[in-house]
Amino acid sequence: MYRYTEFDRRFVRQRARQFRDQLERHLAGQLGDEEFKPLRLQNGWYVQRHAPMLRIAVPYGELSSRQLRTLARIAREFDRGYGHFTTRQNLQFNWIALARAAEVMDLLAEVDMHGIQTSGNCIRNITSDALAGVAPDELVDPRPYCEILRQWSTLHPEFAFLPRKFKIAVSGAIEDRAATAWHDIGLHVHRNAAGEVGFRVLVGGGMGRTPLVGTVVREFVPWQQILVFIEAIVRVYNRYGRRDNLYKARIKILVKAEGERFVRAVEDEFSAILERDCEGAAHVIPEAELDRVSAHFRPPEGVAPLRPDARSAAFADEPLAFRKWRERNVRLHKLAGYRAVTLSLKRVGQAPGDATDAQMDRAAALADRYSCGELRATHDQNLLLPWVRESELLALWDEARAAGLAAPNIGLLTDMIACPGGDFCALANARSIPIANALLERWQDLDELYDIGEVDLHISGCINSCGHHHSGHIGILGVDKDGAEWYQVTLGGADGSTLSGNSVAGKVIGPSFAADEVADVMDALIDTYRDRRAASERFIDTVRRVGIDPFKGAANAVRRSTARETA
Amino acid sequence: MKFVAQGDAADGVELVANDADLDALQAELPRLARIALQFPKWTDGRAYSQARLLRSRYRYAGEIRAVGDVVVDMLPLLERTGFSEVQLRADQDPRVAERVRGHFDAHYQGDVQEPLPLFARGSP
Repeated sequence: MYRYTEFDRRFVRQRARQFRDQLERHLAGQLGDEEFKPLRLQNGWYVQRHAPMLRIAVPYGELSSRQLRTLARIAREFDRGYGHFTTRQNLQFNWIALARAAEVMDLLAEVDMHGIQTSGNCIRNITSDALAGVAPDELVDPRPYCEILRQWSTLHPEFAFLPRKFKIAVSGAIEDRAATAWHDIGLHVHRNAAGEVGFRVLVGGGMGRTPLVGTVVREFVPWQQILVFIEAIVRVYNRYGRRDNLYKARIKILVKAEGERFVRAVEDEFSAILERDCEGAAHVIPEAELDRVSAHFRPPEGVAPLRPDARSAAFADEPLAFRKWRERNVRLHKLAGYRAVTLSLKRVGQAPGDATDAQMDRAAALADRYSCGELRATHDQNLLLPWVRESELLALWDEARAAGLAAPNIGLLTDMIACPGGDFCALANARSIPIANALLERWQDLDELYDIGEVDLHISGCINSCGHHHSGHIGILGVDKDGAEWYQVTLGGADGSTLSGNSVAGKVIGPSFAADEVADVMDALIDTYRDRRAASERFIDTVRRVGIDPFKGAANAVRRSTARETA
Repeated sequence: MKFVAQGDAADGVELVANDADLDALQAELPRLARIALQFPKWTDGRAYSQARLLRSRYRYAGEIRAVGDVVVDMLPLLERTGFSEVQLRADQDPRVAERVRGHFDAHYQGDVQEPLPLFARGSP
């Protein structure tokens, strides 16, 4: 993984000092709320229901055991003993007093971490495939490009106050595991027919009130020119994106309104930078820089393909529970003899994506023992160990189980995505966590869960869509009506993974349900699937084949409190 | 960076709206000694792009002044995108300016002051 240079380290420390100065001026009454707000946001500090929320970047998901231990320490000493991993590979704390904010930023800086541009109307933390660098279907390792993009976008002086937030995701594999089409910019790094590396560039994806998937603006931008191309996109957005209406300010609205004219404007700007600007080619990436950054992403010391005799024999008399875990939580690896293992953060009694300080410490210990001290934060709000020897899976499983990190549910209904919702978030219309917990408890029978198979269940507490409800095979959206919590259910959404198919927003199955109806609605949807499915057909495929009407009918039939309204 | 007092609406300042088309202005640029770019709200970042383009695309060498809702914490961004003068909002304390400008000794990406990104400047 990337190791900070002296420059990187000094930069993060300088940023921490800058924030300390802003905070001190704010607390001394010299920097008003209105002026302080955008500054704290660009350091990851929100003001939430109970206390400020701090969002810490885990750039493209790579996390060291040492960093995770510091996060555990912050959870223990400054928060209430837990943190929340998000779909964009960030970690959030909810209970840190603002007066201690500068102390926390200093601690983070000690382990090369920060909250730079994890919020605000700027270019946010760059996200990627959690299996980057280890996936067998990888075409090009996206991480060196992610790091180059991270550096370029960090404190970019021209793009600190865009019309709205700006999210970039990068994928370098056949399967899109980074939901790239749902981002302001989605990048697919691949090789053209001549074997040269470049990027397919999608622009204008996003969720929220107007869910739209990104449009391909260019099939192939040579990797050397990607910073210039992105500069062109962001400049067109900064100059022409709408600023009169918060809900129409994302780049997706500009792309949709302007269509081909937007693409032309980007291409013209791209040419103008290279041909007309003073030092216009300065950001063309030289081979030497790519080589320098790529050197950070070689496999860790001592990791190399294992010869068959060094690998384990088949797990002949493996325990059944181990086999289930191996089937669900263990992924194939680029290197022979290695596996990528997901530590599930989806279990009864804890919100999806939450980890306690003790769990973070234990995950860090597992990473040290089994994965060269490296972890990944995944888009699905779990942790992943990227460098596990197949021969050590059984030992790892034993320890992960003891740590409460081995729920064998990856990809299944209980591996749901959920935002923190109304329990924490000041924006939310409804709570997500009680719904998620009720559903987690409802589906504890593993045989039943396995029989249902793979389903993407995504829950958002409001239309801002942090829980990605639009892209869930089943999406649940919290809405507020007359001060009460209601839930709108959608079917058939897709995040762009192989299982889900092309990215598309789900369809609403009818008027919102009352909170106490949601569990029954879920039962009705799952029962409909089990009645209707063809042999070995997965949930999403049945929904696509039979359409949403049978599901809609079944869901409406279980209405109680909302029955009169829909009748 | 020169600080200009509120009320100093010196003659010869060309006020340019932050959605103005710079190509249309190009022919006039050699005659303009001073251009004022506007921040109707300090979080409206359009004028940063305009300043950057005036400097690096149109090679404008006159003064570029930031006017409107300009607060001291914008100074590092204003300097890096090519502004040379600033008229702070009336309630802003110019004494804080030195404090907010001195935090970073270098940046990753190139800008108007230092056109080369870190990777092109020699040893990282």
